[in-house]
Parts: sequence; structure tokens; C-alpha cells
Amino acid sequence: MRRHFIIVGILVIVMSVLIYIGLDSAGLMPVVASAQAVDVDWMWNLEVIAMSFLFALIVAPLTYSLIVFRRRKGDTTDAEHMEGNTRLEIAWTIVPLFIVMAYAYLGAINLAATQRVDPQAMVVRVTGLQWDWTFEYPSVNGVTVVSKELHLPVGQQVLFRMTSNDVIHSFWVPEFRLKQDVVPGRITELRITPTLEGSYKVRCAELCGTSHAFMENPVIISSQEEFDAWFDVALDEAVTASQTPEGRGQALVSANGCAACHSINGAPGIGPTWFGLIGRTEELTDGSTVVVDEAYVHESISAPQAKIVAGFENQLMPTYSFTEEQIADIIAYITTLR
Amino acid sequence: MRNISPVWKGLLLLVIAGAIGYGIGLGLDALISGALNTSGPVGAAFAILFAVTAFFFGIYGYRGITRGLVYQVVGTLLGALLITGIRALMGLDNIFGVYLFSEPAWVVGALVGVVSFLFGVGVVHDWVQWSRGIDTPEHHADEPGWEKYFGVSLDHKVIGIQYTITALVLIAIGGTFAMIFRTELAASQLQFLTTELRLFNQTGPQIYNTLMSLHGIIMIISILLGISGIMNYAVPFLVGAQDMAFPRLNAFAYWVSVPASVLMLLSLVLGGFDTGWTGYPPLSARAPVGMQMFFLGVFTAGWSSILGSLNVIATVVRLRAKGMSAMRLPILVWASVATSIIALTATQLIGLSFQLVMFQRLFGMPFFDAARGGNPVLFQHLFWFYSHPAVYVFVLPGLGVISELLPVFVRKPLFGYRWVAMSSLGIALVGFTVWAHHMFTSGMNEYLRVPFMYSTLLVAVPTGVKFFSWVATMWGGKIETPTPMLFVLGAIIVFLMGGLTGPPNAAIALDLHLHDTYWVVGHFHDTIFGGFVFPFFAAIYYWFPKATGRRMNEFWGKVHFWMMTPSFFVLTLGMMLIGLRGMRRRIVDYDPALGFDFAQLIMTIGGYLIALSVLIFIINLFHSIKHGEKAEGNLWNSRSPEWQVPSPMPVHNYDVPFEVVGEPYDYGLKDSKYVEFSPNGQKHIEFTTEPEVQPHRH
Ligand code: HEM
Ligand SMILES: [Cu+2]
Ligand SMILES: [Cu+2]
Repeated sequence: MRRHFIIVGILVIVMSVLIYIGLDSAGLMPVVASAQAVDVDWMWNLEVIAMSFLFALIVAPLTYSLIVFRRRKGDTTDAEHMEGNTRLEIAWTIVPLFIVMAYAYLGAINLAATQRVDPQAMVVRVTGLQWDWTFEYPSVNGVTVVSKELHLPVGQQVLFRMTSNDVIHSFWVPEFRLKQDVVPGRITELRITPTLEGSYKVRCAELCGTSHAFMENPVIISSQEEFDAWFDVALDEAVTASQTPEGRGQALVSANGCAACHSINGAPGIGPTWFGLIGRTEELTDGSTVVVDEAYVHESISAPQAKIVAGFENQLMPTYSFTEEQIADIIAYITTLR
Repeated sequence: MRNISPVWKGLLLLVIAGAIGYGIGLGLDALISGALNTSGPVGAAFAILFAVTAFFFGIYGYRGITRGLVYQVVGTLLGALLITGIRALMGLDNIFGVYLFSEPAWVVGALVGVVSFLFGVGVVHDWVQWSRGIDTPEHHADEPGWEKYFGVSLDHKVIGIQYTITALVLIAIGGTFAMIFRTELAASQLQFLTTELRLFNQTGPQIYNTLMSLHGIIMIISILLGISGIMNYAVPFLVGAQDMAFPRLNAFAYWVSVPASVLMLLSLVLGGFDTGWTGYPPLSARAPVGMQMFFLGVFTAGWSSILGSLNVIATVVRLRAKGMSAMRLPILVWASVATSIIALTATQLIGLSFQLVMFQRLFGMPFFDAARGGNPVLFQHLFWFYSHPAVYVFVLPGLGVISELLPVFVRKPLFGYRWVAMSSLGIALVGFTVWAHHMFTSGMNEYLRVPFMYSTLLVAVPTGVKFFSWVATMWGGKIETPTPMLFVLGAIIVFLMGGLTGPPNAAIALDLHLHDTYWVVGHFHDTIFGGFVFPFFAAIYYWFPKATGRRMNEFWGKVHFWMMTPSFFVLTLGMMLIGLRGMRRRIVDYDPALGFDFAQLIMTIGGYLIALSVLIFIINLFHSIKHGEKAEGNLWNSRSPEWQVPSPMPVHNYDVPFEVVGEPYDYGLKDSKYVEFSPNGQKHIEFTTEPEVQPHRH
């Protein structure tokens, strides 16, 4: 028996080392593009060590037994009677207990490392909506840059303050590792420090309906200078737009993700298209018809359920809290679509 | 017509009735909407209801299950019409819609349908009689041959087989759904589930979401039925009882699962639902009517699960043979008790969480609507409070099967019996404290996540005890590897893979990367295959001779194993690999730039090979019933009581009761016996009367 134990002991060690080397060199994780990813990968490496060892610890003796302790042809007797060994049982209860508690402790430390707060972090407001992302940058003189691409400078921590307009989504850039759900009615936070320039994608990780698979927006990490250059152009555009009602309306529309349901070119969507809306005759679910005017559009925005166009009874438009001026701006924008 | 086999007759009628139902549905739909929608929900719903009913009519005639289904169809329509009428009287508009009936009408109709089924199939007959003061005997003689499986029987062995076959049917349906979307995933871009497709009012991506969601829940229900199959079949004869403690309740628990399955199929055609099996609001508060059919289906299946587990516990507590003390119970019985404790106490929570969403939809109660003061994250707590413990409901019986069969094929006692028995209870109890590990990204309190990490990792300890004990059992044995043992070994290794990939998910920061990716999908397929699917196959190969007096074909059994196991590894290792690299969960399509096409193709091929191997298994199963090699004795040379009597077993299990005189797994101990048959062995029951434990009645 002693000989068997020694052979299996060696097998376990060799097997764990081989598995670990295999997994480690396979490069299983995506590239590391954030400071937090370094911490996450550190924990992953610890787990890979544990998985390699435990796999070998069970599979090596199991395979060995299958070969060495197999029933020989013609043998009809039972094996040697052995019921158990209390000391062994206690050992393999207590030792793993300490190991898993150590792992939990390391896990807690690791979590703390990924949550480190930089008070200087740039705040970007993220909105998830079916099926798009919008990113709002800190306002400059009352003007806010709203973008569908996430541009960030390398090396600076970003605090994402996120919410959703409709259902739960989840903000995930695999190269950054950490993900965070985006929940209607509350603001969730996520801190990321990008460390590698390049383009990535934020991919919605929480099932959010029909086009969940396609809810991916570009993420561009660049040097501070390139970021500033992009930001200046975007700010200029925002300033110009903010000077006309229809420009402000357009900004509101894109910040609130209306285009996810309403097309501006006549294409069918989840809601009626806005193309040529003013002046159009719509048939309602109660069978009556209306000619769309500004008052009707105002009502549709402030009380979406008041009148429903036939064919859209199964879709629920969310209620927004716009001010009167904002609604007027949006109507001004919709009026330009013809 | 006389000499056609019943199956062909059933299939023929299925086609005819399906066509008629489709026509009627299409006609009604056209009448109400004024347009002919050939791929719409109404025609399909009628086609399904008619076809399923006619199929059983062809096989079995108008009785038992067929009558139940007819009652269900009629009950559903009457219930829906009633509500429609009330709504019309109330002057509401939209009394009809794209799904023919309005949502409240469908919900009430579905409920009435389920209850009608139970009356139709006859499973409440005795209770109805009692309420009128008429006594009924418990001893119904079952029909001979296969026909008894299509009607109400009170024999636990018949019910166990009914459960098992129903589970296999659901596995086949859920598996077919998986193969459909696995085919779509074989390459990036949309191949056939395109945005132009229209089926049951759904586009391609919506069909994907529905099939993916249904795959999940149908497989889960099939697992619940599968473990009930094992427990119902084996627990009474393992403890030396004539039957379960409450045979009528037992039949009832089985039969409610049939209308539940019909509701699941209906959800596919009634617009489907796009939330996955987890049904998170707000998404589930917006999904089509199919969502409600899903909720009601889970509700009904949960009912079955609760009643079934109650029965298992009562049986083990009250009906054990003389001398069967706690530490001499077969290990599978321990596992069944642990499972039943969870199912009995946790299932209510998933029912509750789904019920709250149902009420939000039907009555506008905004439990989870943030805009009106509700809290969507609350749902997740309620849901996972059941659904984490539920994963142990899925696997504990399977782990029990592993521990039960291993000593037989190793010819050595189970190493550390007490520890293995207690580890099942330990897992069950700790399992109640870990639910929020599914919610690390949800926006729940950040610091509260840490205690859940500790408790989750704690589960690894009792799980580890099982593995160490299995390895120690094999060590120094004389190991044989017939088909059941192959599946036991496969189960151990696959479950190991599942167990090892769990702790990374428990490490919070790491889980923030892993959550909602294919890594998790790989993790739980490993745990479920290792903890349920492999042991389920092992149990079927092992006890098939007990049920039929014949054994399944060894050669094809081995083909099944050797085809399924490697394919399964390819599939799940592939899942984990792409998951780590950025493949999100529950997506109909993936970014070609990620470079997953080749891996996905290989995984799809693996999936097809698994399906093929299961097909081989099913053919082997049905073929062996009549043509298998005869095996009426103690085929596996087991010490367990059921193998000491000839197969198949008589109706009340043991003609002469037994008394426990030794340890269950003392293989290799000279002249030791586990049980001894003697007329005074039975502790509780006289043979000719009903069990002492029976429902009170007046
Ligand atoms: C030591 C053992 C285990 C640990 C530490 C563990 C841990 C976890 C964790 C933390 C998650 C959540 C991952 C995420 O969504 O990000 C998870 C998911 C899951 N686990 Fe385990 N697990 C273990 C064993 C099991 C077992 C035995 C089963 C039994 C079937 C199981 C079934 C599942 C399922 C079904 C899910 C996914 C549920 C869903 O989101 O649909 N796990 N596991
Ligand atoms: Cu999404
Ligand atoms: Cu869990």
C-alpha cells in the first residue's frame, strides 16, 4: 500500500504542475486594459492554482485506482473490508475549512483593491436603455457633452454613475474586467482606471430583451491630449446645438434614448416613427383618429399612455420627467423631421 | 385500425388533430383580427392543445391522461371565455387581442385548465368520494403491461416510472430547443433566426430568447421530475415500505406536473418570453403573455415538488423496516431526505416571487416597478432564496446515487458513511445562506456581499468530504466497470469540474468579471450533468432490471457513455474558455471580432453528439423492455434489500418483510448481512390493510 501512496503522491504533484502550466500559458483572460484588471487577474491566478491542485488531487488517485485496483478476470471475491477512518475524515474537513476561509479573506482584500477610490476621478454618467448606451460628461458652463461612444483618457480613474431608463442592463468591458448592473430607479457606481490605449466595446451583460446581443457601444481609450481634442470638438458641437431649440431637443432625444424605439426616417420600430409626424393622421386603439399637432405630441410625451396608436398596444413607453421648455425643444426637433 | 400499433395510431391522430386545431385557431383569429396570420400564436396554440390530446387518445383511448388533457383544454377555454365575458360586461375594450384572449383571460383559463386536468385524469376521485362520505379502497388493481402508466396508479414504482419517463420526454424537448439555438450560434451573424423571421408573433432574436429561456426551465422541471422518479421508485423499497406514506398525494404530485408541462409549451406560442428562466423584472413585467404561462407552469411544477418532498420525508420517518436506524439508512435515502427538506421549505419563495410579478402585471401592483416605489433588486433576493438551494435539490439525489452505487461496483464499504450522510445535510443547510452570490453585480449593498462570499466558500467543505470519501472508497477496491459504474465515474469527474469552477465565482471581484458570461454557463452545466444527468443515467441502467426483469444492452450503454462524455467536455470547456474571453450569456449572436467562430462550431458539434448519444440511450431503453437479456436475480450482486427478491418486484414490494441486521455497505465482511427476511420484520404495516399513516377523513 505504501508504494501506491508514494506513486499517487508523485502523480498528484506532476499533474497539478502540468495543469497549472497549461492553463497559465493558455492566456485565458482578455488583455489587461485597466488597473482593476490587474487585481482581478491576480485572484484568478490564485484560483487557477487551487483548481489545478484539487483536480489532480481527486483525478489522479481515481484514475490510478481504476487501473491498479480493477477487478481481475475470474475473481469473484469482495475487496478488503474498510469502513473509514475518523482521523482522516476530520483532517479533510478541517484543512479545507481553513483553506476556503483563507481564500475568502484574500477575496475580500482583493475586492477592496478593486474598489480603491481616487477623489480626483472624472465622473461620467451612463444611461442604459433598450438597446443603447449614452455617456454624459461633466458640464462645462452649463453645456453637457452627450456621446454614444465612451471616450476616456488613459491613466485617470473614472467614476461611472449609472442608471437605466427601462429594464436592467449591465455595463461590462471585458478588458476592464469589472461589471456592474444598471438598474432603473437607482444609481449604481463603478470605478475603472484605464491603462491601455486602444478601442474596446462596452457589452451589455444582463439580458434586456430582443436586441440584448447587439447592445454594444465603442470604447476608445486614448492619451490625455487626444481625449482633450475629442472633447473640445464634442463640446463645440454641443454649444452650437444648445443655442437653437431643435438642437437642444436633439440632445435631449439622444440623451434619453428615444431613438431606440422611434425612428427618424420612417423605418418601423417599437414606437411610431417621428418622420413626418406633425400633421400625420393616426388611428388610435379606441378606433378614433387624430391629426397630430403640437398639443398631441406634448401629451404623448408627458402622459404616454393617454392615447395609444393602433398596433402599439403591447408596447409600454416609459414616463419621463421633462420640463415644459424641454418638451418644447423636443417638439421643435421633431418638427424638423419631414 | 385494429392491428396498427397504438403509437402509430397516436402519431396519426396527432397530425390530423394538429391540423384541425390549427385550422380552428386560424379561423378564430381571422374572425377577430380580420387578417390571416398563418405563423401567428392562435393557430399554433390550438394546434398544440389538440395534437397532444389526440396523440394520447390514439395510444390509450378516452381515459386517464387523455381525459385529463381534454378537461384541461375545455377548462382553459371555458375559464378564458368566462373572464372575457366579464370583461365585455364591464365594458372594457381590448377583450380580444393578438393572442385571441386577453392576458387576464389566459391566466384564469390556464388555472382552470390545470384544475380541470386533475379532475379529468381522476387523481382527485377518492377525495371527492370521501367528501361525500363514501369510502374508497386504496387498493386499485393496476392494469397489466404498459397501459397502467397512462392512468392514475397509486403504486410508487409505477409513479416513479411515470416521473422518469416524463422527465425523459422533457429532456428531449428541452434538448431539441438547445440544438436549435446551438445551431444558430455555430457561426457569428444571424443565420436563420433573423430579424425578418416571424413565428408565433416573434422575430428570430425573440424566438432565440424564448427557446433559450424554455430550454432552461424545461430542463429544470425535468430534473425535478427526474429526481422525483428516482426517489419515488427507490426510497420505499430501500426503507422496506410497501409504498409511500400518502399514495394518493403521491399520485396527485405526479399528475400536476403534466398540465404544468402543457403550460410551458403554450408559453412558446403565446408570444414567448425573453427573460431567461430567472424571470427578472422589469423585463418580465413587460414580456408577452407567454411570460404568464411560464409563471403558472413553474407554480404548478413547484406544487408537485413540495407535495412530493413532503411524502418522501413522511415515508422515511414513519415507514422504515424494523432495525433501520438513522445510521443504517441507505445513503440515497439520506440524500433524498436532505433534498426534500430544501424542496419543502424553499420552493414557496420562487412561487411567491413569480406571483408578485404576475400581480404586478394583472393588477398593477408595483412591487418591482421603481417608477412607482417598487424595487427590482428585491425580486432577485426572493428568487435566489429558492433558486440557490434549488441547485442542491437538483444534485443531492444524484450524489446519493453515486454514493449508493459506488460500493456495489468497488466491492468495498462506502468510506466514512456517517460523514457522507451528514455532508448532504450540511450542504442543504449552508445552501440556505448563500443566495446573494448570484447578485454580486446587482447593485445590492456592497459590503453585504462579503459575508455571502464566506458562506458560499463554506459549501465547498461538505462537498469536498464527498469527493474524498468517493476516492477513498475506490482505493484498494476491486473495481468493475459495467455501464452504470461508467456513468458513476463520469459523474464524479464532471461534478468535480463543476465544483472547482464554483469558488472563482464566489470571489467577488473575480465574479464581477465572470458573472453573466459563458463561464458561468459552463460551471452550471458541469454541476448539473455531474450531479444529475450522469447519475440519472447510472440509476436507470442500474435499476432497469429491477423494473423489467431484463437488462439494457451493455454494448449500446457503453457507446452512449463514450460518445457523451468526451463531447460534453468539449462543450463545457469551450463554454468556459469563451466566457472568460468575453462571451456574454444569453445572446443570439456574438461579435465576429472576438474570434469565437471556430470554438462555437466545435461546441455545436459536441452538442449534436450528446444529442445523438441520448437518442441511442432512449432507443436502447425502449428496445430492452421487450428484447433485453433476462435478468431476474441479483444482477449486480448488491446487498441492498430490493435485489434480494426477484425482479420485477410485486406490487407491494416484499411478500415477506425484512428486518435490518447489519450495515448497508459491508462488502468484504464475511457472513455479514444487511437485511433478513422474516414475517415480523415490518414495523408499521399489516399487509392487508392500508398504511397506518393515512389522511384523516370524515
Ligand atoms: C463549491 C461549489 C459551488 C460554488 C462555490 C458555486 C458558486 C456559484 C456562484 C458564485 C454562482 C454565481 C455565478 C454568477 O452568476 O456570476 C454560481 C452559479 C450557478 N451555480 Fe454554482 N457553485 C457551486 C456548486 C454548484 C452546484 C453543486 C450546483 C448544482 C447544480 C451549481 C449550480 C449553479 C447554477 C445553476 C448557477 C447559475 C444560475 C443562473 O444564473 O442561472 N453550483 N455558482
Ligand atoms: Cu442587455
Ligand atoms: Cu448559487
